[in-house]
Amino acid sequence: MDFLRPLTWAEALEMKAERPDATPIQGGTDVMVEINLDKGRPTALLDLAAVAELAEWTRDNGTVRLGAGVSYTRLIAELAGDLPGLAQASRTVGSPQIRNRGTVAGNLGAASPAGDSHPPLLATGAEVEAESVRGSRMIAITDFYRGVKRNALEPDELIRAVRIPVATGPQYFSKIGTRNAMVIAVSSFAIAFDGRRVGTGIGSAAPTPRRAPEAEAFLESALDWSGPLDADVARRFGELVRDAAAPIDDVRGTRDYRLHSLAVMARRTLTWAWEDHLRCA
Amino acid sequence: MADDMTGGVPVATVARVGVTLTVNGADYRLDLDSRVTLLDALRDRLGMTGTKKGCDQGACGACTVMVDGKRVLSCLTLAAQCEGKDVTTIEGLAADGVLHAMQEAFVRHDAFQCGYCTSGQIMSAVCLLAEGRAGSDDAIRQFMSGNLCRCGAYGNIVAAIREVRDAGGHDA
Ligand SMILES: Cc1cc2nc3c(=O)[nH]c(=O)nc-3n(C[C@H](O)[C@H](O)[C@H](O)COP(=O)(O)OP(=O)(O)OC[C@H]3O[C@@H](n4cnc5c(N)ncnc54)[C@H](O)[C@@H]3O)c2cc1C
Ligand code: FES
Ligand code: FES
Repeated sequence: MDFLRPLTWAEALEMKAERPDATPIQGGTDVMVEINLDKGRPTALLDLAAVAELAEWTRDNGTVRLGAGVSYTRLIAELAGDLPGLAQASRTVGSPQIRNRGTVAGNLGAASPAGDSHPPLLATGAEVEAESVRGSRMIAITDFYRGVKRNALEPDELIRAVRIPVATGPQYFSKIGTRNAMVIAVSSFAIAFDGRRVGTGIGSAAPTPRRAPEAEAFLESALDWSGPLDADVARRFGELVRDAAAPIDDVRGTRDYRLHSLAVMARRTLTWAWEDHLRCA
Repeated sequence: MADDMTGGVPVATVARVGVTLTVNGADYRLDLDSRVTLLDALRDRLGMTGTKKGCDQGACGACTVMVDGKRVLSCLTLAAQCEGKDVTTIEGLAADGVLHAMQEAFVRHDAFQCGYCTSGQIMSAVCLLAEGRAGSDDAIRQFMSGNLCRCGAYGNIVAAIREVRDAGGHDA
Protein backbone atom coordinates (compact mmCIF):
# COMPACT_ATOMS: atom_id res chain seq x y z
CA MET A 1 0.00 0.00 0.00
CA ASP A 2 1.55 3.28 -1.10
CA PHE A 3 1.18 6.19 1.26
CA LEU A 4 0.77 9.54 -0.49
CA ARG A 5 1.23 12.67 1.60
CA PRO A 6 0.25 15.87 -0.21
CA LEU A 7 0.89 19.11 1.70
CA THR A 8 -1.28 21.36 -0.46
CA TRP A 9 -4.65 21.01 -2.17
CA ALA A 10 -3.08 21.41 -5.63
CA GLU A 11 -0.70 18.56 -4.83
CA ALA A 12 -3.58 16.40 -3.57
CA LEU A 13 -5.51 16.91 -6.84
CA GLU A 14 -2.45 16.04 -8.92
CA MET A 15 -1.80 12.89 -6.92
CA LYS A 16 -5.45 11.83 -7.23
CA ALA A 17 -5.31 12.40 -11.02
CA GLU A 18 -2.18 10.29 -11.24
CA ARG A 19 -3.48 7.61 -8.88
CA PRO A 20 -7.28 7.47 -9.24
CA ASP A 21 -7.09 4.12 -7.41
CA ALA A 22 -5.86 5.84 -4.21
CA THR A 23 -8.29 5.89 -1.26
CA PRO A 24 -8.49 9.34 0.32
CA ILE A 25 -8.15 9.36 4.11
CA GLN A 26 -9.20 12.34 6.23
CA GLY A 27 -10.06 11.47 9.86
CA GLY A 28 -9.65 7.78 9.06
CA THR A 29 -12.56 6.72 11.28
CA ASP A 30 -14.13 4.74 8.43
CA VAL A 31 -11.04 3.93 6.35
CA MET A 32 -9.01 2.56 9.28
CA VAL A 33 -11.78 0.24 10.45
CA GLU A 34 -11.77 -1.34 6.99
CA ILE A 35 -7.99 -1.64 6.97
CA ASN A 36 -7.85 -3.13 10.48
CA LEU A 37 -10.62 -5.61 9.65
CA ASP A 38 -8.79 -6.37 6.41
CA LYS A 39 -11.88 -5.65 4.33
CA GLY A 40 -10.48 -4.79 0.97
CA ARG A 41 -6.90 -3.58 0.75
CA PRO A 42 -6.39 -0.15 -0.71
CA THR A 43 -3.53 -0.10 -3.21
CA ALA A 44 -2.70 3.41 -2.04
CA LEU A 45 -3.82 5.88 0.61
CA LEU A 46 -3.98 9.60 -0.08
CA ASP A 47 -3.64 11.29 3.32
CA LEU A 48 -5.49 14.61 3.27
CA ALA A 49 -4.95 15.37 6.97
CA ALA A 50 -1.92 17.60 6.34
CA VAL A 51 -3.65 19.74 3.68
CA ALA A 52 -4.16 22.94 5.68
CA GLU A 53 -6.70 24.54 3.28
CA LEU A 54 -9.17 21.77 4.04
CA ALA A 55 -9.25 22.48 7.77
CA GLU A 56 -10.93 25.88 7.30
CA TRP A 57 -14.49 27.09 7.00
CA THR A 58 -15.81 30.44 5.76
CA ARG A 59 -19.19 32.16 5.72
CA ASP A 60 -20.19 34.09 2.63
CA ASN A 61 -23.58 35.37 1.37
CA GLY A 62 -25.61 33.23 3.71
CA THR A 63 -23.68 30.04 3.00
CA VAL A 64 -21.09 28.21 5.08
CA ARG A 65 -18.30 26.63 3.06
CA LEU A 66 -17.22 23.79 5.31
CA GLY A 67 -13.74 22.56 4.37
CA ALA A 68 -13.39 18.79 4.05
CA GLY A 69 -10.96 18.66 6.97
CA VAL A 70 -13.11 20.36 9.65
CA SER A 71 -13.78 17.83 12.43
CA TYR A 72 -17.17 17.27 14.05
CA THR A 73 -15.75 18.69 17.31
CA ARG A 74 -14.92 21.98 15.62
CA LEU A 75 -18.22 22.09 13.73
CA ILE A 76 -20.09 21.70 17.04
CA ALA A 77 -17.96 24.34 18.81
CA GLU A 78 -17.80 26.90 15.99
CA LEU A 79 -20.89 26.46 13.81
CA ALA A 80 -23.79 25.40 16.05
CA GLY A 81 -25.43 28.82 15.55
CA ASP A 82 -25.20 28.83 11.75
CA LEU A 83 -25.85 25.13 11.18
CA PRO A 84 -27.97 23.94 14.13
CA GLY A 85 -29.32 20.80 12.44
CA LEU A 86 -25.92 19.56 11.29
CA ALA A 87 -24.38 20.44 14.66
CA GLN A 88 -27.09 18.51 16.49
CA ALA A 89 -26.46 15.49 14.26
CA SER A 90 -22.69 15.85 14.77
CA ARG A 91 -23.10 15.64 18.55
CA THR A 92 -24.50 12.13 18.13
CA VAL A 93 -21.60 10.80 16.03
CA GLY A 94 -19.54 8.12 17.77
CA SER A 95 -17.61 9.37 20.79
CA PRO A 96 -15.54 12.47 21.62
CA GLN A 97 -12.48 10.68 20.22
CA ILE A 98 -14.28 9.85 16.95
CA ARG A 99 -15.60 13.44 16.70
CA ASN A 100 -12.09 14.85 17.14
CA ARG A 101 -11.12 13.13 13.90
CA GLY A 102 -14.25 12.38 11.88
CA THR A 103 -15.53 14.82 9.26
CA VAL A 104 -18.68 15.55 7.25
CA ALA A 105 -16.65 15.04 4.05
CA GLY A 106 -15.64 11.58 5.29
CA ASN A 107 -19.29 10.82 6.03
CA LEU A 108 -20.09 11.83 2.42
CA GLY A 109 -17.16 9.85 1.03
CA ALA A 110 -18.37 6.75 2.86
CA ALA A 111 -21.97 7.47 1.75
CA SER A 112 -23.44 5.02 4.22
CA PRO A 113 -27.25 5.31 4.27
CA ALA A 114 -26.90 5.55 8.08
CA GLY A 115 -24.42 8.47 8.16
CA ASP A 116 -25.67 11.16 10.54
CA SER A 117 -24.68 14.16 8.39
CA HIS A 118 -26.92 13.18 5.53
CA PRO A 119 -30.42 14.02 6.88
CA PRO A 120 -29.53 17.61 7.85
CA LEU A 121 -27.59 18.14 4.60
CA LEU A 122 -30.68 17.01 2.66
CA ALA A 123 -33.08 19.07 4.77
CA THR A 124 -31.05 22.25 4.20
CA GLY A 125 -30.34 21.70 0.50
CA ALA A 126 -26.54 21.54 0.82
CA GLU A 127 -24.14 21.21 -2.11
CA VAL A 128 -20.94 19.21 -2.37
CA GLU A 129 -17.98 21.04 -3.89
CA ALA A 130 -16.06 18.41 -5.84
CA GLU A 131 -12.75 19.16 -7.52
CA SER A 132 -10.19 17.51 -9.76
CA VAL A 133 -7.35 18.76 -11.94
CA ARG A 134 -10.06 19.17 -14.60
CA GLY A 135 -11.90 21.76 -12.54
CA SER A 136 -14.45 22.24 -9.81
CA ARG A 137 -18.18 21.51 -9.78
CA MET A 138 -21.08 21.73 -7.36
CA ILE A 139 -23.16 18.61 -6.82
CA ALA A 140 -26.63 19.09 -5.34
CA ILE A 141 -26.92 16.88 -2.27
CA THR A 142 -29.94 15.10 -3.77
CA ASP A 143 -27.73 14.03 -6.71
CA PHE A 144 -24.78 12.99 -4.56
CA TYR A 145 -25.97 9.66 -3.12
CA ARG A 146 -25.98 7.00 -5.82
CA GLY A 147 -26.56 3.74 -3.96
CA VAL A 148 -25.51 1.92 -0.81
CA LYS A 149 -22.04 3.35 -0.07
CA ARG A 150 -21.80 4.86 -3.54
CA ASN A 151 -21.60 8.55 -4.39
CA ALA A 152 -21.37 10.80 -7.43
CA LEU A 153 -17.62 11.51 -7.27
CA GLU A 154 -15.52 10.69 -10.35
CA PRO A 155 -12.38 8.60 -9.73
CA ASP A 156 -10.11 11.64 -10.01
CA GLU A 157 -12.29 13.89 -7.86
CA LEU A 158 -12.00 14.86 -4.21
CA ILE A 159 -14.41 16.70 -1.94
CA ARG A 160 -13.04 20.18 -1.32
CA ALA A 161 -15.90 21.43 0.86
CA VAL A 162 -19.59 21.20 1.61
CA ARG A 163 -21.73 24.33 1.12
CA ILE A 164 -24.60 24.64 3.55
CA PRO A 165 -27.08 27.52 3.78
CA VAL A 166 -26.94 29.39 7.11
CA ALA A 167 -30.11 28.56 9.06
CA THR A 168 -32.95 31.07 8.78
CA GLY A 169 -35.42 29.05 10.85
CA PRO A 170 -35.61 26.13 13.27
CA GLN A 171 -33.77 22.88 12.47
CA TYR A 172 -33.86 19.57 14.31
CA PHE A 173 -32.31 16.13 14.02
CA SER A 174 -33.45 12.94 15.70
CA LYS A 175 -31.82 9.51 15.73
CA ILE A 176 -32.79 6.12 17.07
CA GLY A 177 -30.02 3.82 18.27
CA THR A 178 -29.66 0.89 20.59
CA ARG A 179 -27.95 3.02 23.23
CA ASN A 180 -27.20 6.70 23.73
CA ALA A 181 -23.57 6.83 22.65
CA MET A 182 -21.45 5.28 19.90
CA VAL A 183 -24.24 3.90 17.81
CA ILE A 184 -24.89 3.84 14.13
CA ALA A 185 -28.47 4.99 13.52
CA VAL A 186 -31.29 2.47 13.27
CA SER A 187 -33.21 5.31 11.67
CA SER A 188 -32.84 9.08 11.67
CA PHE A 189 -34.66 12.17 10.52
CA ALA A 190 -33.96 15.89 10.06
CA ILE A 191 -36.26 18.85 9.49
CA ALA A 192 -35.38 22.43 8.52
CA PHE A 193 -37.60 25.48 8.06
CA ASP A 194 -36.43 28.16 5.65
CA GLY A 195 -39.03 30.89 5.72
CA ARG A 196 -42.16 28.95 4.81
CA ARG A 197 -40.28 26.22 3.01
CA VAL A 198 -39.84 22.90 4.77
CA GLY A 199 -36.89 20.59 4.17
CA THR A 200 -36.60 16.96 5.27
CA GLY A 201 -33.97 14.22 5.33
CA ILE A 202 -34.39 10.52 6.10
CA GLY A 203 -31.45 8.35 7.21
CA SER A 204 -30.91 4.62 7.49
CA ALA A 205 -34.27 3.74 5.94
CA ALA A 206 -33.56 3.34 2.21
CA PRO A 207 -30.56 2.38 0.03
CA THR A 208 -29.50 6.03 0.17
CA PRO A 209 -30.38 8.94 2.43
CA ARG A 210 -33.35 10.75 0.86
CA ARG A 211 -35.85 13.58 1.24
CA ALA A 212 -39.60 13.18 1.68
CA PRO A 213 -40.87 15.60 -1.00
CA GLU A 214 -44.57 14.82 -0.57
CA ALA A 215 -44.36 15.35 3.17
CA GLU A 216 -42.64 18.71 2.57
CA ALA A 217 -45.27 19.87 0.06
CA PHE A 218 -48.11 18.74 2.32
CA LEU A 219 -46.74 20.65 5.29
CA GLU A 220 -46.12 23.83 3.32
CA SER A 221 -49.75 23.90 2.19
CA ALA A 222 -51.42 22.58 5.36
CA LEU A 223 -49.67 24.62 8.05
CA ASP A 224 -51.37 27.61 9.61
CA TRP A 225 -48.20 29.63 10.17
CA SER A 226 -49.69 31.89 12.84
CA GLY A 227 -51.38 29.32 15.06
CA PRO A 228 -50.65 26.26 17.14
CA LEU A 229 -49.68 23.03 15.39
CA ASP A 230 -52.72 21.01 14.33
CA ALA A 231 -52.31 17.45 15.66
CA ASP A 232 -53.82 15.96 12.51
CA VAL A 233 -51.39 17.86 10.32
CA ALA A 234 -48.47 16.62 12.43
CA ARG A 235 -49.74 13.04 12.26
CA ARG A 236 -50.25 13.19 8.49
CA PHE A 237 -46.74 14.64 8.06
CA GLY A 238 -45.34 11.67 10.00
CA GLU A 239 -47.23 9.24 7.79
CA LEU A 240 -45.97 10.89 4.59
CA VAL A 241 -42.36 10.81 5.86
CA ARG A 242 -42.81 7.13 6.69
CA ASP A 243 -44.24 6.48 3.21
CA ALA A 244 -41.18 8.07 1.60
CA ALA A 245 -38.87 5.48 3.19
CA ALA A 246 -37.99 2.03 1.84
CA PRO A 247 -36.18 0.28 4.69
CA ILE A 248 -35.03 -3.30 5.06
CA ASP A 249 -34.61 -5.69 8.00
CA ASP A 250 -30.97 -5.85 9.11
CA VAL A 251 -28.83 -6.43 12.20
CA ARG A 252 -29.66 -3.02 13.65
CA GLY A 253 -33.44 -3.08 13.26
CA THR A 254 -36.47 -4.31 11.37
CA ARG A 255 -38.22 -2.68 8.47
CA ASP A 256 -41.41 -2.21 10.51
CA TYR A 257 -39.62 -0.60 13.44
CA ARG A 258 -37.82 1.80 11.10
CA LEU A 259 -41.10 2.83 9.46
CA HIS A 260 -42.81 3.33 12.80
CA SER A 261 -39.92 5.27 14.35
CA LEU A 262 -39.67 7.57 11.32
CA ALA A 263 -43.30 8.62 11.67
CA VAL A 264 -42.70 9.33 15.37
CA MET A 265 -39.45 11.25 14.80
CA ALA A 266 -41.01 13.32 12.01
CA ARG A 267 -43.90 14.32 14.27
CA ARG A 268 -41.60 15.09 17.20
CA THR A 269 -39.06 17.16 15.30
CA LEU A 270 -41.91 19.09 13.67
CA THR A 271 -43.34 19.78 17.14
CA TRP A 272 -39.98 21.07 18.43
CA ALA A 273 -39.50 23.21 15.32
CA TRP A 274 -43.02 24.59 15.65
CA GLU A 275 -42.41 25.64 19.25
CA ASP A 276 -39.34 27.59 18.09
CA HIS A 277 -41.28 29.06 15.18
CA LEU A 278 -44.05 30.37 17.43
CA ARG A 279 -41.55 31.72 19.96
CA CYS A 280 -39.71 33.68 17.28
CA ALA A 281 -42.80 34.82 15.35
CA MET B 1 6.71 -7.19 14.92
CA ALA B 2 3.87 -5.07 13.65
CA ASP B 3 5.77 -3.68 10.70
CA ASP B 4 6.31 -7.16 9.40
CA MET B 5 2.60 -7.93 9.30
CA THR B 6 2.40 -8.43 5.60
CA GLY B 7 -0.62 -10.67 6.12
CA GLY B 8 0.12 -12.90 3.15
CA VAL B 9 0.60 -10.04 0.72
CA PRO B 10 3.74 -10.47 -1.39
CA VAL B 11 6.35 -8.38 0.38
CA ALA B 12 7.16 -6.44 -2.78
CA THR B 13 3.71 -4.79 -2.74
CA VAL B 14 4.02 -3.60 0.85
CA ALA B 15 5.26 -0.04 0.74
CA ARG B 16 7.38 1.24 3.57
CA VAL B 17 7.32 4.68 4.95
CA GLY B 18 9.77 6.64 7.09
CA VAL B 19 8.22 8.43 10.05
CA THR B 20 9.56 10.44 12.97
CA LEU B 21 7.28 10.01 15.95
CA THR B 22 7.50 12.39 18.90
CA VAL B 23 6.22 10.43 21.87
CA ASN B 24 6.21 11.93 25.35
CA GLY B 25 8.74 14.50 24.23
CA ALA B 26 11.29 12.13 22.67
CA ASP B 27 11.81 11.63 18.91
CA TYR B 28 11.89 8.16 17.37
CA ARG B 29 12.84 7.53 13.76
CA LEU B 30 10.95 4.52 12.40
CA ASP B 31 10.75 2.71 9.11
CA LEU B 32 7.29 1.14 8.93
CA ASP B 33 4.91 -0.75 6.72
CA SER B 34 2.54 2.03 5.64
CA ARG B 35 -0.43 0.21 7.19
CA VAL B 36 0.94 0.24 10.75
CA THR B 37 -1.30 2.06 13.20
CA LEU B 38 -0.02 4.40 15.87
CA LEU B 39 -1.19 1.81 18.39
CA ASP B 40 0.94 -0.98 16.92
CA ALA B 41 3.91 1.34 16.47
CA LEU B 42 3.73 2.33 20.15
CA ARG B 43 3.30 -1.18 21.49
CA ASP B 44 5.34 -3.33 19.11
CA ARG B 45 8.05 -0.96 17.90
CA LEU B 46 8.57 1.34 20.85
CA GLY B 47 7.71 -1.15 23.58
CA MET B 48 5.23 1.24 25.19
CA THR B 49 2.58 -1.25 26.13
CA GLY B 50 0.63 1.04 28.45
CA THR B 51 -1.71 1.88 25.57
CA LYS B 52 -4.06 -1.09 25.15
CA LYS B 53 -5.71 -2.73 22.17
CA GLY B 54 -9.28 -3.69 23.01
CA CYS B 55 -11.15 -3.85 19.72
CA ASP B 56 -8.91 -2.35 16.99
CA GLN B 57 -11.99 -0.74 15.44
CA GLY B 58 -12.67 2.47 17.33
CA ALA B 59 -15.37 1.12 19.60
CA CYS B 60 -13.81 0.73 23.07
CA GLY B 61 -11.44 3.64 23.77
CA ALA B 62 -8.72 1.48 25.39
CA CYS B 63 -6.19 2.84 22.89
CA THR B 64 -6.90 6.54 23.59
CA VAL B 65 -3.81 8.78 23.40
CA MET B 66 -3.31 12.50 22.92
CA VAL B 67 -2.16 13.83 19.57
CA ASP B 68 -1.34 17.54 19.68
CA GLY B 69 -3.30 17.75 22.93
CA LYS B 70 -6.48 16.11 21.63
CA ARG B 71 -7.76 12.67 22.55
CA VAL B 72 -7.81 10.31 19.59
CA LEU B 73 -7.95 6.57 19.04
CA SER B 74 -4.50 5.25 18.22
CA CYS B 75 -6.02 2.15 16.56
CA LEU B 76 -7.70 4.38 13.95
CA THR B 77 -4.64 6.56 13.38
CA LEU B 78 -1.86 5.57 11.04
CA ALA B 79 1.60 6.06 12.49
CA ALA B 80 2.53 7.73 9.21
CA GLN B 81 -0.14 10.40 9.86
CA CYS B 82 1.63 11.45 13.06
CA GLU B 83 4.77 12.87 11.47
CA GLY B 84 5.48 16.18 13.16
CA LYS B 85 2.81 15.74 15.84
CA ASP B 86 3.17 15.47 19.60
CA VAL B 87 1.95 12.13 20.90
CA THR B 88 1.33 11.71 24.64
CA THR B 89 0.65 8.27 26.09
CA ILE B 90 -0.10 7.07 29.60
CA GLU B 91 3.68 6.59 30.07
CA GLY B 92 4.10 10.34 29.62
CA LEU B 93 1.63 11.51 32.26
CA ALA B 94 3.69 11.01 35.40
CA ALA B 95 6.41 13.64 35.76
CA ASP B 96 9.64 12.68 37.55
CA GLY B 97 8.05 9.64 39.11
CA VAL B 98 5.13 11.64 40.54
CA LEU B 99 1.75 10.41 39.37
CA HIS B 100 -0.57 12.77 37.53
CA ALA B 101 -3.52 13.90 39.67
CA MET B 102 -5.87 11.80 37.56
CA GLN B 103 -3.75 8.68 38.05
CA GLU B 104 -3.73 9.25 41.81
CA ALA B 105 -7.47 9.78 41.89
CA PHE B 106 -8.06 6.54 39.95
CA VAL B 107 -5.97 4.67 42.52
CA ARG B 108 -7.68 6.34 45.47
CA HIS B 109 -11.18 5.68 44.13
CA ASP B 110 -10.49 2.13 43.00
CA ALA B 111 -11.61 3.19 39.53
CA PHE B 112 -10.66 -0.13 37.92
CA GLN B 113 -10.78 -3.84 38.42
CA CYS B 114 -8.78 -5.66 35.72
CA GLY B 115 -7.17 -2.41 34.58
CA TYR B 116 -7.35 -3.11 30.87
CA CYS B 117 -9.42 -0.03 30.03
CA THR B 118 -7.66 2.18 32.60
CA SER B 119 -4.95 3.89 30.58
CA GLY B 120 -7.53 4.84 27.95
CA GLN B 121 -9.92 6.05 30.64
CA ILE B 122 -7.23 8.20 32.24
CA MET B 123 -6.04 9.73 28.96
CA SER B 124 -9.65 10.48 28.03
CA ALA B 125 -10.41 11.92 31.49
CA VAL B 126 -7.40 14.23 31.41
CA CYS B 127 -8.58 15.57 28.03
CA LEU B 128 -12.15 15.83 29.28
CA LEU B 129 -11.06 18.26 32.01
CA ALA B 130 -8.97 20.25 29.55
CA GLU B 131 -12.03 20.48 27.27
CA GLY B 132 -14.04 21.87 30.21
CA ARG B 133 -16.81 19.32 29.81
CA ALA B 134 -16.88 17.79 33.26
CA GLY B 135 -19.46 20.20 34.71
CA SER B 136 -21.81 17.54 36.09
CA ASP B 137 -21.86 13.78 36.59
CA ASP B 138 -24.13 13.51 33.55
CA ALA B 139 -21.68 15.51 31.46
CA ILE B 140 -18.79 13.34 32.66
CA ARG B 141 -20.70 10.20 31.71
CA GLN B 142 -21.68 11.63 28.34
CA PHE B 143 -18.20 12.80 27.41
CA MET B 144 -16.54 9.61 28.68
CA SER B 145 -18.93 7.52 26.58
CA GLY B 146 -16.17 6.56 24.14
CA ASN B 147 -14.39 4.57 26.86
CA LEU B 148 -15.95 1.25 27.78
CA CYS B 149 -15.18 -0.70 30.96
CA ARG B 150 -16.13 -4.35 30.96
CA CYS B 151 -15.58 -4.55 34.69
CA GLY B 152 -18.18 -1.84 35.18
CA ALA B 153 -16.05 0.52 37.25
CA TYR B 154 -18.00 3.48 35.88
CA GLY B 155 -19.24 4.79 39.24
CA ASN B 156 -15.72 5.01 40.64
CA ILE B 157 -14.34 6.44 37.39
CA VAL B 158 -16.87 9.28 37.59
CA ALA B 159 -15.97 9.83 41.27
CA ALA B 160 -12.26 10.05 40.43
CA ILE B 161 -12.84 12.58 37.65
CA ARG B 162 -15.18 14.62 39.85
CA GLU B 163 -12.53 14.79 42.55
CA VAL B 164 -9.82 16.03 40.20
CA ARG B 165 -12.24 18.57 38.75
CA ASP B 166 -13.16 19.87 42.21
CA ALA B 167 -9.52 20.12 43.18
CA GLY B 168 -9.11 22.61 40.35
CA GLY B 169 -8.39 20.23 37.51
CA HIS B 170 -4.91 19.61 36.28
CA ASP B 171 -3.58 20.21 32.86
CA ALA B 172 -1.56 17.41 31.42
C1 LIG C 1 -16.72 3.58 16.81
C2 LIG C 1 -17.29 4.34 15.64
C3 LIG C 1 -18.49 4.99 15.78
C4 LIG C 1 -19.05 5.70 14.72
N1 LIG C 1 -20.23 6.33 14.91
C5 LIG C 1 -20.81 7.01 13.88
C6 LIG C 1 -22.05 7.66 14.07
O1 LIG C 1 -22.63 7.67 15.17
N2 LIG C 1 -22.59 8.32 13.01
C7 LIG C 1 -21.97 8.37 11.79
O2 LIG C 1 -22.50 8.98 10.87
N3 LIG C 1 -20.79 7.75 11.59
C8 LIG C 1 -20.18 7.08 12.61
N4 LIG C 1 -18.98 6.45 12.41
C9 LIG C 1 -18.37 6.47 11.06
C10 LIG C 1 -17.37 7.62 10.81
O3 LIG C 1 -16.86 8.12 12.02
C11 LIG C 1 -18.03 8.77 10.03
O4 LIG C 1 -18.51 8.31 8.81
C12 LIG C 1 -17.06 9.94 9.77
O5 LIG C 1 -17.83 11.03 9.30
C13 LIG C 1 -15.98 9.63 8.76
O6 LIG C 1 -15.14 10.77 8.63
P1 LIG C 1 -13.55 10.62 8.46
O7 LIG C 1 -13.00 11.98 8.19
O8 LIG C 1 -12.97 9.89 9.60
O9 LIG C 1 -13.50 9.70 7.16
P2 LIG C 1 -12.37 8.75 6.55
O10 LIG C 1 -12.37 7.45 7.25
O11 LIG C 1 -11.08 9.47 6.44
O12 LIG C 1 -13.00 8.58 5.09
C14 LIG C 1 -14.29 8.01 4.90
C15 LIG C 1 -14.56 7.85 3.40
O13 LIG C 1 -14.57 9.10 2.74
C16 LIG C 1 -13.56 9.18 1.77
N5 LIG C 1 -13.03 10.55 1.85
C17 LIG C 1 -12.52 11.18 2.95
N6 LIG C 1 -12.22 12.46 2.67
C18 LIG C 1 -12.52 12.64 1.35
C19 LIG C 1 -12.42 13.76 0.45
N7 LIG C 1 -11.96 14.97 0.86
N8 LIG C 1 -12.82 13.58 -0.83
C20 LIG C 1 -13.32 12.38 -1.25
N9 LIG C 1 -13.44 11.30 -0.45
C21 LIG C 1 -13.04 11.42 0.83
C22 LIG C 1 -12.58 8.09 2.12
O14 LIG C 1 -11.86 7.62 1.01
C23 LIG C 1 -13.50 7.02 2.69
O15 LIG C 1 -14.13 6.33 1.64
C24 LIG C 1 -18.39 5.75 13.46
C25 LIG C 1 -17.14 5.12 13.33
C26 LIG C 1 -16.59 4.42 14.39
C27 LIG C 1 -15.27 3.75 14.22
S1 FES D 1 -8.62 -0.50 20.49
FE1 FES D 1 -8.93 1.47 19.69
S2 FES D 1 -10.95 1.89 20.28
FE2 FES D 1 -10.75 -0.18 20.88
S1 FES E 1 -11.23 -2.19 34.73
FE1 FES E 1 -11.57 -3.98 33.57
S2 FES E 1 -12.32 -3.16 31.72
FE2 FES E 1 -12.30 -1.44 32.97
